[in-house]
Amino acid sequence: MTAVDLGVPDVQAIRSDEDVVRVRQLVRTTAVAAKLSLVDQTKLVTAASELARNTLIYGGGGTAEVTSVEDGRRRGVRIVFADDGPGIADLDQAFTDGFTTGGGLGLGLSGARRLVDDFDIWTTVGEGTRITVTKWSR
Amino acid sequence: MERVPILKIGDILLVSIQVDMSDQTAIQLQEDLAERIVATGCHGVIIDITALDIVDSFVGRMLSTIASISKVLDAETVVVGMRPAVAITLVELGLSLNGIRTALNVERGMELVAATRADDWDALDGDDEDAETTATP
Ligand SMILES: Nc1ncnc2c1ncn2[C@@H]1O[C@H](COP(=O)(O)OP(=O)(O)OP(=O)(O)O)[C@@H](O)[C@H]1O
Ligand SMILES: [Mg+2]
Repeated sequence: MTAVDLGVPDVQAIRSDEDVVRVRQLVRTTAVAAKLSLVDQTKLVTAASELARNTLIYGGGGTAEVTSVEDGRRRGVRIVFADDGPGIADLDQAFTDGFTTGGGLGLGLSGARRLVDDFDIWTTVGEGTRITVTKWSR
Repeated sequence: MERVPILKIGDILLVSIQVDMSDQTAIQLQEDLAERIVATGCHGVIIDITALDIVDSFVGRMLSTIASISKVLDAETVVVGMRPAVAITLVELGLSLNGIRTALNVERGMELVAATRADDWDALDGDDEDAETTATP
């Protein structure tokens, strides 16, 4: 069943680490409204925190678009992280636990993918990265 | 930027994280704690994360770093109050929180610090006795 948007997305710019905090708060509010369980809220907010930080650090800043969605049976929250940064040359490598080019733990991308239900990535070297994640209520 | 307060209770520094920390705030806390450990000579650090509704890779790394720094400065770090949903998420994220000791609440954390210090002293005494017996012909 295809997902239907419930209302217009909330857009949060990501230009500073205070904005990363704002993304977490926006995602939390939307997840509570969508009636996700506490554990699912926690997983989604954690994934969002990882991806927002990547958007800031590696993507050179961008946006997070948070939308409440439903697919006829259940509600969910979809987030799109977008930047016009350098893109990711080797996706397999980027998704390997422990791989980092920035001195992190290299868990952000792979961990975020494990924490959500749907994960989709578009990236082109020199153009940017766009990651869409969705978490559904159970 | 917000700053996380550090309280001194006897021989222990207590940090109760009450805000959703920005990365800068987390880094600042790391530095502030190192300074306070040296300035006070405290041998225990308790970080209360009861109020934290997530721990991501950045905060996880900060907790590990604080534990390592304290160890070098002769203090034990115990993280207390982790929420169940946070623990479940941490594991799925893949964070192992290596080298971090945890306890259920502040009280248990204080007991753990005290017990660890006592063990360390016992171990030291033990070493000395061994040294004496081997030195005696
Ligand atoms: N939006 C992005 N634009 C360009 N490169 C990216 C982007 N997101 C991730 N990457 C690349 O993918 C690598 C892996 O990212 P991941 O989030 O898994 O680890 P990390 O950020 O290096 O460490 P951690 O998130 O554990 O602190 C990064 O080091 C970076 O090279
Ligand atoms: Mg990352």
